[in-house]
Amino acid sequence: MSADAKPAPVEAKFWTPGVMVLSAFMMVGFFFVVARYIGGLGAVTNLDNSYPWGLWIGVDVATGVALAAGGFTTAALAHLFGRHNYEAITRPALLTAMLGYTIVALGLAIDVGRTWAMWHPIIYWQTNSVLFEVAVCVMIYLQVLYIEFIPIVVERFRGKVDLPGRLWVFEKPIEWLLKLVDRVLGKVMWIFIILGVVLSCMHQSSLGSLMLIAPTKLHPLWYTPILPLLFLVSAIGVGYPMVVFETTIATSSLKLENEMELLTPLTRITIFVLGIYMCLKVGDIIARGAYVYLFDGTTQSNAFLVEMIGGVIIPWIMLLIKRVRSSRPVLFVACALIIFGVIINRVNVFVVGYQPPFAQSSYFPAIGEMAVTAALIAGVMFLYRLFITIFPVLSARRQEVSS
Amino acid sequence: MKISRRRFIGLTGTMVGGALLGKPAKSGAEYKPKTPPDPFGCLVDLTVCVGCRKCEQACNQVNHLPSPRVSFEDPRVFEQRRRPDVGAFTVINRYYGGKRDERNQLHPTFVKVQCMHCQDPGCVSACIVGAMTKKDNGATHYNASKCIGCRYCMVACPFQIPAYEYHDPLFPRVRKCTFCYERISKEGGKPGCAAICPVESITFGKRRQILELARHKIKNDPGRYVDKIYGEHEVGGTSWLYISGDSFEKLGFLDLPTRPIPYLSETIQHGLFNYLWAPLTLFGILGAVVAVINRQQNRSSSESVQEGHQPDQDTQDTAGLQEKPDSSKREEKL
Repeated sequence: MSADAKPAPVEAKFWTPGVMVLSAFMMVGFFFVVARYIGGLGAVTNLDNSYPWGLWIGVDVATGVALAAGGFTTAALAHLFGRHNYEAITRPALLTAMLGYTIVALGLAIDVGRTWAMWHPIIYWQTNSVLFEVAVCVMIYLQVLYIEFIPIVVERFRGKVDLPGRLWVFEKPIEWLLKLVDRVLGKVMWIFIILGVVLSCMHQSSLGSLMLIAPTKLHPLWYTPILPLLFLVSAIGVGYPMVVFETTIATSSLKLENEMELLTPLTRITIFVLGIYMCLKVGDIIARGAYVYLFDGTTQSNAFLVEMIGGVIIPWIMLLIKRVRSSRPVLFVACALIIFGVIINRVNVFVVGYQPPFAQSSYFPAIGEMAVTAALIAGVMFLYRLFITIFPVLSARRQEVSS
Repeated sequence: MKISRRRFIGLTGTMVGGALLGKPAKSGAEYKPKTPPDPFGCLVDLTVCVGCRKCEQACNQVNHLPSPRVSFEDPRVFEQRRRPDVGAFTVINRYYGGKRDERNQLHPTFVKVQCMHCQDPGCVSACIVGAMTKKDNGATHYNASKCIGCRYCMVACPFQIPAYEYHDPLFPRVRKCTFCYERISKEGGKPGCAAICPVESITFGKRRQILELARHKIKNDPGRYVDKIYGEHEVGGTSWLYISGDSFEKLGFLDLPTRPIPYLSETIQHGLFNYLWAPLTLFGILGAVVAVINRQQNRSSSESVQEGHQPDQDTQDTAGLQEKPDSSKREEKL
């Protein structure tokens, strides 16, 4: 059983056709990033005075943060709540979160008009601003993620430091340093893990509070005082489906043992969290009387129906069925639907549901925006692949070649 | 001590839910608008404006804006409704509100559009670095040297006023009416537009006083005006006020709530994060949970060593939080 196996770097060829496709996406995106820094945001985006936020904020930032929630939800389960049998999935989830948040920061840097001034929130505090709180939390949480990843780096190199040539004199000190870091971190890691959970709860919910500043612009299907609670619960809800999703892809693309014996029970928790989310959403729509907008055939009402039916209700019912949970491909589909639901939800809140007055036309992302978003997603996958071949992240072993 | 997982989740759920809903509702009464005590304001009398666009021209000169594509004398600009932009902080639009003159021709109403300088502005609340501030003299002021270009102020503005220099790759600014902050900071100074207006459609003064003036005008000539001062209560009040002979909906004015734009987001933010009480509480709870579970697992593993059990097995049976997933796991295996 893979849960008993120790994590190890994956021994597989790196430059597969898939990785080359990812590189191609990254190169195209890079071209548009260069264009953005020559011609300004206006040169590559369809943003204007009516629509200041578009695909990059909706997908790269808001969705990126939500989908990286697997990091803190698995860490809480295995390290805080003592479910040590889930240790095997914490490392890949941590890696996804670390890379995800790094790319979120990169995406934000591209979107922000004055990239060079991005550090300003550190010295100019504005505590009324929801965005300030999100920025500070994300900044600190990114550091926490890096710290949580250090033991994996130490494990990779400890006892294996082998420097070329005359640099050998540094081998002993480095070994000693790694040992020290390992020992200190081992003692204080619980602080960082709890901190990671607290910071995640803070900014996942505050991402929802962001749009509360636009009561007259955000469509009533989404504008609700419990938007922060909905964002938090949906982020927690998508955490484990995201783990299932990426583990399934990683294990099948690298021909590793599937880890169904871990993934199947994990999704039982999702039934519970997603169920709460569904009740909150439905209760909210009824309590505010916003259901009157449900079937008026506008883009917004259709987008809401797709989000709720395709991304919440259907996968929730699927997960209730035991055979779905134990079937690898069907469970994969259910989890993909939940992820799809969260993506659509974030895009709806930040882009589709945003209805500015006086707008001449509605916003649709430009080719450049889509290319950069695609490149950032490809970047996460590329780095994930790179990291699992260097560091001991995955516990699953390669499948025995069977007849 | 055993905490069942259900009970634990129930507890934290109540706490988080209570934190998000109960607390803000309670502290909602404590919401303090950041309205300056005695700000300046401008009253625009739409029944007086003749659409000469001298105010646009003055604004352009005072703020050193680029010369416009269509000259300030050309009436053809009225064929389109314009919005303030990076090159023009104020624009005049023409509307036909239904009034007719002596020769039974439709009578145009000209509407000046610029930043309303809200009393409690959404953009100021939103700004991540405090580049947007509300000055005591009433100006909603933008400081480009702090700005990072996140454009959250543009999301927050209910009047859709801030414009952005999308074609500047490195130093883009948010552009909007400054209320001629420097000019009105000097004794007797007026905004460029108010100073030049040849028909005195724009009256500059203390907001308190021009509000009185507006009430006076409406009271003295009820046939000329509709009984409403736009900006008196909208989004908590604005420094720019309008009175009109046509109903405001027909003139492109938005129907806005009286509650200040930052009300809900700030109540929730401060309800949760004042003195960081919610995050610190959560940290404490999680710390306690870790301590309890660790102790249970240590005890059970040492017991099992004595009894010669598989330590792993025993750990899973005693840790309270694990009941359900374990049974599910067994169930799935069947």
